[in-house]
Amino acid sequence: MASPATSPVDLAAALVLTPPPLGDWLVILPVVLMIGAGAILLMVRKSVRLHGGIAIAALLLLVLVNGSLLLRVIENGPVTMVMGRWLPPFGIAFTADLFGATMALTASLVALAAGIFALRDIDGSGRRYGFYPFLMLLMAGVSGAFLTGDIFNLYVWFEVLLISSFGLLILGSRPEQIDGALKYAVLNLIATTLFLISVGYLYSLFGTLNMADIALKAGDLSGTAPLVTLTALFTFAFAMKAAAFPLNFWLPASYHTPRIVVSALFGALLTKVGIYALIRVTVMLLPVEREVLSPAIATLAILTLITGALGALAQSDIRKLAGYLVIAGIGNILAGVAIGSPAAISGAIFYALHSMVAMTALYLVVGEAARRASLLSGDENQANRWSLHTLGGLYRSSPGFTAVSLLVFLAVAGLPPLSGLWPKIMLLKAAMDINAWWLAAAILVSSFLVTLTLGRIVLLAYWRQGLEPEAGLERQTAVRGDWRLSLPLGALVLLLAGFGLFPERLLSLTQSAAEGLAGPSAYIRSVFPDALPSGGIR
Amino acid sequence: METPLAILIGLFFSAAIYLMLSKFTVRILLGVVLLGNGVNLLLFTAGGLTRSVPAIIPAGADTLSHTAANPLPQALILTAIVISFSFFAFLLVLTYRAFQDLGSDNSDEMRLAEPRDEPSPPMGY
Repeated sequence: MASPATSPVDLAAALVLTPPPLGDWLVILPVVLMIGAGAILLMVRKSVRLHGGIAIAALLLLVLVNGSLLLRVIENGPVTMVMGRWLPPFGIAFTADLFGATMALTASLVALAAGIFALRDIDGSGRRYGFYPFLMLLMAGVSGAFLTGDIFNLYVWFEVLLISSFGLLILGSRPEQIDGALKYAVLNLIATTLFLISVGYLYSLFGTLNMADIALKAGDLSGTAPLVTLTALFTFAFAMKAAAFPLNFWLPASYHTPRIVVSALFGALLTKVGIYALIRVTVMLLPVEREVLSPAIATLAILTLITGALGALAQSDIRKLAGYLVIAGIGNILAGVAIGSPAAISGAIFYALHSMVAMTALYLVVGEAARRASLLSGDENQANRWSLHTLGGLYRSSPGFTAVSLLVFLAVAGLPPLSGLWPKIMLLKAAMDINAWWLAAAILVSSFLVTLTLGRIVLLAYWRQGLEPEAGLERQTAVRGDWRLSLPLGALVLLLAGFGLFPERLLSLTQSAAEGLAGPSAYIRSVFPDALPSGGIR
Repeated sequence: METPLAILIGLFFSAAIYLMLSKFTVRILLGVVLLGNGVNLLLFTAGGLTRSVPAIIPAGADTLSHTAANPLPQALILTAIVISFSFFAFLLVLTYRAFQDLGSDNSDEMRLAEPRDEPSPPMGY
């Protein structure tokens, strides 16, 4: 038997020896919490009545954890924790900076709202099918993607959230869900495979997967290695995940098929994870190459803005219409990425946060409008339920709900006094600063078309009299407020209105987040405490 | 050794893209499998190729005395294989179910979610 080496081994060369401060565990806690809650829900999968309570409690805890993580990041700068105590870049690092932490907090707020709404929207069979476990695992994937500091790990979280989204998408297994899910699954799988291809090339060029390490080395390699091609591949993959124009066809094919709460979650989270990864890779890791690709990204942004808005205008099914509005929103964020200045990125981040909340609220409003209208008219036909041809009479029967809907529509269209206004102004100003008047014009035209579309919904579904006004009056008692709708929707609208009226805190937050991406020296220092020369790298 | 593998990966990718352009779901699935395997080969090649030299530092030395293949991409491939296999299993079931429910494996005829003759929105009251 060979005895182990007798000479003392210097562990400090490979391991982090000082235990991480207790607060740093917050970085990994969201993922642990969500996977744990998902596992518990699977263990009690037969006691469907417990699901709602456990899931809501876990999501509440997730909001608290993400909130305190954000506070810690604001106070101390980026927080890093390395798996298995390996020194970076050998260990997989989780790094939360302002950008990741704000996105994670918003995502958990949205998931909590959707979880509460699902208490009514998802019936017993949907829960037995596993709605809440899938929701927990989806949130594990989303949180992991927002908080990881390792690009291959980011790919793994993409797959985690993708497989749970498949489960949510086919929940109920109606034939049109299977149809939509097939297209969604194949195209999204191709997109993540493209991402994996890009990661493979990146590893062969850089020899590292740690994002801070990549950011350090990108400057030295930018003249010699084919980094522009690599950035183009990454942009291609993430644009497909984010549903940018020529790659967006999976979204209108599938987002209207599942339960409305699932659509709300998807519209809020999935495309935004793609956008997050795009901003992380092109703005923070490969900024020089993003500059080269900027005209291409701007073209993508304009096409997405216009086709999204035109698509929404051409729909009579209000769920499909909402799907196109998600796409138009992605166009706004891409415009910010194309400009690339810290002011523009700050606008893009603000818009992404706003869009998460606004899209969830929009889908909840759309679902509730269809439910109320069909209760009023007594029409059980599924196809008629969502059509602008048959919807009507909502203002007369439920004025309060109409007021809330109007607020949500204003937010989605980017009109004051709600939070959609500020990021659009920031993006317009950033576009005008570099004389990109065409980009500014596209944003304005798109906003105008979106306003038109939403105005038409108000006109037809709310103001127009129902088809059978007499019958409607008798059924009005059936339409009653419910805390499982009014609580999440009210909270989301409060968020939208609050950050519309008092945007200063969020503005300064997104500005520091964008500065942290443009000059990631704080991010790098948090991973490699003594690797960085003072004064940053760029 | 890298050049022939690079050509092989190119062949895998082109066959995969050709198959995925088909209308029929089974061919699309075969394309997805080929694409997954092409990516695994790509990751494998990205780590550098040498002939059976273990990456072990001999006693008394501080660094490797010879060039050896990077073991990390092999770990990446292992992850990618597991993920792509599970996704393929899911897609296979989904495709079969779609064939049962929709009565066709032709993606042109799967129009339940997006019917061909959808009405335009109302033009007035």
